[in-house]
Amino acid sequence: MAMLIKAEGGGFHAEMDDFQSVVDDQPIPDGKLILSLKRFETDGEVLLAQGRAVGVRIEPDEAVEDLTPFLPRLAVVALSLPKFRDGRAFSSAHILRTRLGYTGQVRAVGEVLREQAGMMARCGFDAFEPSDGSSPEAWAKVVNRHRHVYQSAADHHVPAFARRLGG
Amino acid sequence: MYRYDTLDREILADRSAEFRDQVRRRLAGEITEDQFKPLRLMNGLYLQLHAYMLRVAIPYGTLNSRQLRKLAEIGRTYDKGYGHFTTRTNLQFHWIKLEDTPDILDALATVDMHAIQTSGNCIRNVTADPYAGATADEIDDPRVWSEAIRQWSSLHPEFSFLPRKFKIAITAAPKDRTAARVHDIGLMARRGREGELGFEVIVGGGMGRTPIVGPTVQEFLPAHRLFSYLEAVLRVYNRHGRRDNIYKARIKILVQALGVDEFARQVDEEWASIGRDGDLPDAEIARIRAAFAPKTFETLPRESLGFNEAKAQDQAFARFVRNNLKPHKRQGYTIVDISLKGIGETPGDASSEQMEVVADLAERFGQDDIRVTHEQNLVLPHVRLDDAHEVFLGLAKVGLATPNINLVSDIIACPGLDYCALANARAIIVAQDIARRFENQDRAEDIGELKIKISGCINACGHHHVGHIGILGVDKKGEEFYQLTLGGSGAEDAAIGKILGPALPIDKVTDAIDRLVNVYLQERQVNERFLDTLRRTGDAPFKEAVYGDAH
Ligand code: SF4
Repeated sequence: MAMLIKAEGGGFHAEMDDFQSVVDDQPIPDGKLILSLKRFETDGEVLLAQGRAVGVRIEPDEAVEDLTPFLPRLAVVALSLPKFRDGRAFSSAHILRTRLGYTGQVRAVGEVLREQAGMMARCGFDAFEPSDGSSPEAWAKVVNRHRHVYQSAADHHVPAFARRLGG
Repeated sequence: MYRYDTLDREILADRSAEFRDQVRRRLAGEITEDQFKPLRLMNGLYLQLHAYMLRVAIPYGTLNSRQLRKLAEIGRTYDKGYGHFTTRTNLQFHWIKLEDTPDILDALATVDMHAIQTSGNCIRNVTADPYAGATADEIDDPRVWSEAIRQWSSLHPEFSFLPRKFKIAITAAPKDRTAARVHDIGLMARRGREGELGFEVIVGGGMGRTPIVGPTVQEFLPAHRLFSYLEAVLRVYNRHGRRDNIYKARIKILVQALGVDEFARQVDEEWASIGRDGDLPDAEIARIRAAFAPKTFETLPRESLGFNEAKAQDQAFARFVRNNLKPHKRQGYTIVDISLKGIGETPGDASSEQMEVVADLAERFGQDDIRVTHEQNLVLPHVRLDDAHEVFLGLAKVGLATPNINLVSDIIACPGLDYCALANARAIIVAQDIARRFENQDRAEDIGELKIKISGCINACGHHHVGHIGILGVDKKGEEFYQLTLGGSGAEDAAIGKILGPALPIDKVTDAIDRLVNVYLQERQVNERFLDTLRRTGDAPFKEAVYGDAH
């Protein structure tokens, strides 16, 4: 099991991840699972009907909107970040949190670097599989480094323009 | 001018501290150059041919004298005593040491400046009309919207890792001094039927390998819906722009691939989902607008006796007036263009001393307001006619009174092979050689408006596609060659230049320009600019003049 950094109550802590990532041609194991979108499309309904804890991994070129009917029952949506430069998952997270109203875990997987932690958190990610070995303390430091923000996003920061208006 | 409040300052301070920490980790060997590269590129720090280059943001090209003096001081302390103004109205220091960058950023922060988002695949510095607030023909002050866009786009959590860089230009005058139609987004202020403010929105113009005059996707976007609409455009681009090929990653390629109508439809759909949540409250726009409230201008007579007298007695001043002064919206005032294209100098370079002189003049005579143009010149937007001669004399003392605005020697050139790791060929030396050939000022004035733009490679930082004459450096078996294009324009009549013929070796370029100019002088009819004549005659006579000997 890998380490997972989780946001909770304004802070970050590490815990062992009890979800298993299932490879597409692998038989479905016991326990909590994260499936690819393709695998979810074939096996998802059955697993959810069994009451299993299921998550789905979305690649950058896949649309999170495809999950809309299932979201209330999904424990995790894992958004894949293949490399630092690929910012599509940031939009996916934003849409999940704002437009689709998803309240479960939004997890960053792939090349997950602390330099992007602040922006990921603002877009609605609340769980991270760090690929740079960062500690939750290092993570918290980056996320809390910026006292103010200019834009509203999927988090609870009050943007500068609203604070100026006394918001 | 917009003044930072505590929130703006603290946002900047936090960002500077973050970068200082990243540099420290790099210098301590905690991260490799490969890991550091994307981090430094989020803060304008490039590794060039000979040294690090730091690109400092000059938001919408607006500076006060304190800021310009600070840039001069940084140039003297950390560089070789000068800086280079770019076509994005930023300032580059080309000889920087990595370990000095945190201190430079701290020095910049003392005058509310930074290098945030001057590189990387994010929303870059906004280009605005350099005559904003001074020109009579604008229907609103574009700086209000530019500042709002600056804040909205700074450290944007969702749009900092776009497929490619993203550039926005905004103009509110019919005469476009921003090249809005060759930006990723061009905003042109319009008035609606009831007099309400809005923007024509152009998306997907650009230069580089695939030059395109951008199509209009919204004829009239109500101004109070600007930010939700920008969010929609950026989100569609962030999700669907190509990421497999750096040369096909700009938004123009997406717009072309989908077709303008389909692209506009996707944006509209996204926009409808965002709704008003994405818009800035009117009160915030009003707050920013107050910062740009019209200056207190004196009530002056239309004519200035001192000005008229100086013009009559000082020929050099008279020439400067003809070429570098532009009408101001208030009578008795003028806009003074300062050319950074001294004959034989590097286009866009200014020494620390020159910057200080401009800062002093702006403080004494120019309401403490300085602009940078995308044509790599400076502007004092508010000078009393009574003071214009003294300003001229002050500029002349440091070689800044070159009377060549919009003339043949007012050339845009990118840094090219002298600095840039991507270059095929030098650009600066070509500009210098052409400027020397047309040094005779009577001849230059007789030729009139002629925009020559030079890029050292197809990335087109020198905007060659939109030059009346464009010059592009290409590499032919290790030799520097130059391809000429004719008929481009970055103004309201935007057009992409057409290639004239085979590329020329470096020693043939200036001759070719001379011949092109001679064709124009022979062919022109009353009041025609070079571009007008070319559009009327087509390029055949020009081609013949340059390549005629070959057959
Ligand atoms: S056009 Fe090419 S050579 Fe010139 S600055 Fe840009 S990348 Fe460098």
